[in-house]
Amino acid sequence: MNGRLRFDTWLNGAAAWLLALLWVLPLFYAIWTAIHPAEFEARFVLTAPLTLENFRSAWGAAPFARYFLNTFILVTMILICQFVLCTLAAYAFARFQFPGRSILFSLVLLQLLVMPDILIVENYKTIRALGLVDTIPAIALPYIASGFGIFLLRQTFMTVPRELDEAARIEGASPLGILWRVYVPLAKPTYLAYGLVSVSHHWNNFLWPLIITNSVETRPVTVGLSIFSAIDSGIEWSVINAATLMTSGPLLIAFLLFQRQFVQSFMRAGIK
Amino acid sequence: MLARTLKTACAGSLFALGSLTSASAVDLQFYFPVAVGGKAAQTIEELTEEYVAANEGVTIDAVYAGSYQDTVAKVLTAARGGDAPQLSVILSVDMFTLIDEDLIMPFDDLVKTDEDREWLNAFYPAFMENSQTGGKTYGIPFQRSTPVLYWNKEAFAEAGLDPDTPPATWEEMVEFGKKLVKKDTSGNVERWGVRIPTSGFPYWLFQGLTTQNDVILANSDGNKTNFDDPKVVEALEYLISLNKEHGVMAPGIIEWGATPKAFFEGQTAMMWTTTGNLTNVRTNAPFDFGVAMLPANKRRGAPTGGGNFYLFKGSSDEELAAAFDFIKWISAPEQAAKWTIATGYVAPRPDTWETETMKAYTADFPPALVARDQLEHAVAELSTYENQRITRILNDALSAAITGQKDAATALKEAQAQADAILADYR
Amino acid sequence: MQRREWIYGWLLLLPAFALLAMFTHIPAVATFWDSFFSTPRGRREARFIGWENYERLLDDPIFWKVLTNNLWFALGTIPLSMILALAMALWVNKQFFGQGFLRMAYFTPTVLPLIAVANIWLFFYTPGFGLIDQILGLFGFAQTNLLGSPDTALGAVMAVTIWKEAGFFMIFYLAALQSIPPSLLEAAKIEGAGSWTTFRRIVFPLLMPTTLFVSINAVINSFRLVDHLFILTGGGPDNASSLLLFYIYETAFRFWDTAYGATLTVVMLVLLSLLAIGQFFLFDRKVHYQ
Repeated sequence: MNGRLRFDTWLNGAAAWLLALLWVLPLFYAIWTAIHPAEFEARFVLTAPLTLENFRSAWGAAPFARYFLNTFILVTMILICQFVLCTLAAYAFARFQFPGRSILFSLVLLQLLVMPDILIVENYKTIRALGLVDTIPAIALPYIASGFGIFLLRQTFMTVPRELDEAARIEGASPLGILWRVYVPLAKPTYLAYGLVSVSHHWNNFLWPLIITNSVETRPVTVGLSIFSAIDSGIEWSVINAATLMTSGPLLIAFLLFQRQFVQSFMRAGIK
Repeated sequence: MLARTLKTACAGSLFALGSLTSASAVDLQFYFPVAVGGKAAQTIEELTEEYVAANEGVTIDAVYAGSYQDTVAKVLTAARGGDAPQLSVILSVDMFTLIDEDLIMPFDDLVKTDEDREWLNAFYPAFMENSQTGGKTYGIPFQRSTPVLYWNKEAFAEAGLDPDTPPATWEEMVEFGKKLVKKDTSGNVERWGVRIPTSGFPYWLFQGLTTQNDVILANSDGNKTNFDDPKVVEALEYLISLNKEHGVMAPGIIEWGATPKAFFEGQTAMMWTTTGNLTNVRTNAPFDFGVAMLPANKRRGAPTGGGNFYLFKGSSDEELAAAFDFIKWISAPEQAAKWTIATGYVAPRPDTWETETMKAYTADFPPALVARDQLEHAVAELSTYENQRITRILNDALSAAITGQKDAATALKEAQAQADAILADYR
Repeated sequence: MQRREWIYGWLLLLPAFALLAMFTHIPAVATFWDSFFSTPRGRREARFIGWENYERLLDDPIFWKVLTNNLWFALGTIPLSMILALAMALWVNKQFFGQGFLRMAYFTPTVLPLIAVANIWLFFYTPGFGLIDQILGLFGFAQTNLLGSPDTALGAVMAVTIWKEAGFFMIFYLAALQSIPPSLLEAAKIEGAGSWTTFRRIVFPLLMPTTLFVSINAVINSFRLVDHLFILTGGGPDNASSLLLFYIYETAFRFWDTAYGATLTVVMLVLLSLLAIGQFFLFDRKVHYQ
């Protein structure tokens, strides 16, 4: 019995490690090529000389600083707008009675399914009609009213005890004041968890920005990387990977540092 | 105090008004794509600034619009919103699409003097094939390329071949290839003879084979393809035989982007790829290499590729005149030489090759001349109405045949039927 | 008083609904509408053509191919990425040697953009000098060409998707696992239940809501994730690895055939709705919400 148990643990550990190595391999390869000269892209010898040249040439070959700034503006803009809009809508669904509530709520849920990513053809027409093609707000707009965000915050708001709400009301707080002072603070883990999903989604989003942007001033990192790597003269892994690491680095480090908190916020947010 | 401020303001606005009405003030917007690494974007910007500095009253806003795909998308969007640029560099094969969208105008109306006519006639005819239709010129060649053969001299010597003689015919390419294939003890191939990439846009290099087999893939009106011609089938069968019959090329679809690397790694002794790779190969190949024209069969042959200048409708006469002048200037020998050396694109006019700058460059690096010499055998890149869709049909057919899902004749026959169905509207 | 509450509620919803309507509901309806028109070109206006786009759809071999591909893609990626995600979560939740490293390793795909790692995977798959071939070569195997053969291209693309997805889903499972009361598990232990029995009888049922949530996400992603196709195969060879959304993109933004693009989008919408209905039906009786 004991022997079997130990064997079990051992087997589990081996499998866990094997999978982990497999999963981290692309990152390791990116680091390997980025810090070695191009001739070692496919040759893994420990004596390969180290260099920072790839980072320098990637930085010089494309306006990555600008792309990075664009992505940063985009992600921040989306996150702030999502928080505001979804909070208001979720509050309405959680605490107000009005005609059409359940129909409207199912219309919100519909967006979990019919995501903006799928409606690229029509959304492109809308953005063109608004005259916003090739602007950062154009990338953000379709995602701001997020069905997922509204759903998640509504679930959280519904768990807030009514008594807290009533107490604040007796003190003369307006509905918006109550939202701000009672509901929002209690939903902090949900905001954190949702923020994580939102940031990682939009940081990595590619297809819609590819369609709607076409200049350096608006292009996010993902689109910039794809243009950078899709040139006629063949793939230069070392430079591309250096660019990838430079642009994903900050997010990667942030996630690694805060992963424990993220998981906990997921737990408390009830996304499980 | 107030009076003085007012006075200055008035004077200022009067001055501004004056410069607005003066005939020489022209603002141009110019979109350009970049499809090669290195300093392409920087060079275009430098050249533009140089022109603006020398021509008072003209400002040019040069916009790096990304890939070719992005650039055409950006132009289409801007034009539909009534805000087209005055000029742009776009793929030469997009000419029919741009005509179909009613966006571009021919250069013929602007060519008035004998000098202009001479200028227009001085481009290599191979490049002009993709720039003219219905007797009019819609594009001016700018960043143009053509595929060539690169070979590894060390591998040639190792295989007992003359390192300075590349294959000149299809038969020789197979024959050399067989000698160059190297296998390890368990019979696995370590080095292939030749590599003709077939991913992404296989039609382009395939067009090298069809041209060598003396057949043209589409007419110059862009409304009829020739995919099921027996000579096209034969060319495809040759491409397939390189793997299936002769074993000199790797099986399946061969990735374009990984091809230079495979060459550097000694995975293949010869490769077909664009002249745009010259600088890349020169910098990165750890062995002595050669550059040659593609081998011949019935004749020598290769497609051309790359981008042209286009002029857009909706611009004023002054703007058009200024845009035309800029295009003439940037395609003049000195400017074109600078551009060619910075990027590896083929200078599109013979007089560029006569400049001291180019002579010095080619003396130092003779392979750069191969592309120029091949131009005399080159033809227009496949281009039709609904170009993206038609080339996609051919690409799919080629992939199906290369991966053995269909035989060459069936695949091409089906492709021709599909292309006919689409192009029927344009006849 | 009640009236005021109505108005308050509606006003709170207004901004979100304006955008939802503009970018989800109206476009979804407009997609249907546009699928009955021809594509406008520079010299020709759009005109009503009835069911013509749909007839073309039925006769379009590429459409049928990408549809079949997409179904295989969904079938292959959804279960596997969910099982792996659960396994990872279980491992990370236990005390293991190098737990911190495991966590980080499983986490990386979430942070790296798919479009960027696609280049790395392209190297792994490259025949000859690619990583997979280098490793296989050590054991004396011949070269492979996974992306360049129609039989394996879709599988190779699926592997990248699973890699990307499993790490993301793991976070959700991990959060769910950590919120299972330890007392429940201890009680099971006292009653002498083995670890497999505990998992099957206690843990797995408690994870059901997460499984539902993750599976909805996985279904949507299996139609949404096409970024890597741009780099890895471009949908080739001969559309062997192309997916529905990628075909929509090509049709609408490369061939500029927006009407046919809309028709393809209609198929996508119908398909997603059917799947969602099926999913709720399937899970409804098994999920125990608290």
